Amino acid sequence: MSHAHVIIIGGGIVGSACAHRLAATGWRVTLIERDTIGSGATAAGMGQVVALDDSPAEFALTADSQRRWHALGQANPLVHEYTPCGTIWVASDDEELAMAAAKVPNYHAAGLHAELLDAAALYRHEPNLRPGLPGGLRIAGDAVVYPSRSAAWLWQQTGGTLIHAEVSALHAGGVTLGDGRHLSADAVVLATGSRARDLVPALPIRPKKGHLVITDRYPDFIHHQVAEMGYVKNAHLTDVDSVAFNVQPRATGQILIGSCRQYDIHTPEVDPVMLGQMLQRCLEFMPALATLSSIRVWTGYRAATPDGQPLIGPHPHQPGLWLATGHEGLGITTSLGTADLLAALMNHTPPAIDPTPYLPSRFFSAT
Amino acid sequence: MATITVFINNHPYACDASTSVAGAIAQATHQLGATRQSVHGMPRTMLCGMGICFECRVTINGNAHQLACQTPVEAGMHITYWEGADA
Ligand code: FES
Repeated sequence: MSHAHVIIIGGGIVGSACAHRLAATGWRVTLIERDTIGSGATAAGMGQVVALDDSPAEFALTADSQRRWHALGQANPLVHEYTPCGTIWVASDDEELAMAAAKVPNYHAAGLHAELLDAAALYRHEPNLRPGLPGGLRIAGDAVVYPSRSAAWLWQQTGGTLIHAEVSALHAGGVTLGDGRHLSADAVVLATGSRARDLVPALPIRPKKGHLVITDRYPDFIHHQVAEMGYVKNAHLTDVDSVAFNVQPRATGQILIGSCRQYDIHTPEVDPVMLGQMLQRCLEFMPALATLSSIRVWTGYRAATPDGQPLIGPHPHQPGLWLATGHEGLGITTSLGTADLLAALMNHTPPAIDPTPYLPSRFFSAT
Repeated sequence: MATITVFINNHPYACDASTSVAGAIAQATHQLGATRQSVHGMPRTMLCGMGICFECRVTINGNAHQLACQTPVEAGMHITYWEGADA
């Protein structure tokens, strides 16, 4: 597969990772980005690298990606601001603690660290949690990164051509830019996240809006990414607005506070009601957050699919068009695994994990 | 005008109850110097007095990064600011 030309649309973490992997396997790469590399949802998100075992498909891709981030981050921790702080999933009652206990063998079977924490261990790790919690689950291999920088770094390694432009249409064998120019390629990869439907309207992608808050610098206030066990449950309640406690220590000592999910809101403005509900939820788990001063609030859009899994692979009805989108709230984590899968599919080489659950064809009727 | 006592870097200081934390620090020091350090170690002090520049951040009752110019003093308040490396 030497010197075939691929156009990648979208220079977020997913597009950049795909560019990196494709260039490394012999493709000549052109990246088209309307803003800057690593902007959009890549810049708006928390930069979390988490292995999640809520479904076999999600676990396979996140576990594979967690390992890839570890290798990338350890090799160059300053570039990626790679902080292997781990995650603590906080159980709010004994039922959730039993759920946490049931997860431990899954992680161990996949060769990943997981440790059930009783209450004493929980408070030893994170003393700012409210009293009265029964324990939690600690996943030591999870990490925090600075995804915009990682995207820029991944792209820089490719030696490819960057075009700052808006793509107005896809056509067989290439793309048309906003200024009318046509570019041709052997393959086109669509990696525009929640905006994927601008170019392929039939894709099952809906934008899911989120808010984040960042505080001033409070080193040692928390030591892990800390989230409620109910996070995934709340996050996947489709069609319903939801909030979940999720805080993350940044390398600067700042704390990112999330999270919330809203469907079908197409304006980027901060919504004070949603923000209030989100912060209220966080204060229920960590009341001392109220003593911190926040310096900025912003919003962004996740690309959600009906089954919660991304779209990775060929478009079933448009030859030459490949999809890498629909990563919802896990795009930073799963970008590296996505890139490896996509490149393997495009190169006809064996992928590291089974690509079936992520193939776009699952949403298209055979014709 | 009521006078109250606050603690500035652990020293008791009697000030007007209607002043701000920034005002109390300025009065207590006679000649105002640096009150905090930037991330890169540069000395900084309060500037705008109206909640815009964030240069007046001090620790109040153990809570870091509070705006001195926007916080009224209260009796018994503990105010901690950075006095320089050799203070
Ligand atoms: S002096 Fe500028 S914000 Fe207080």
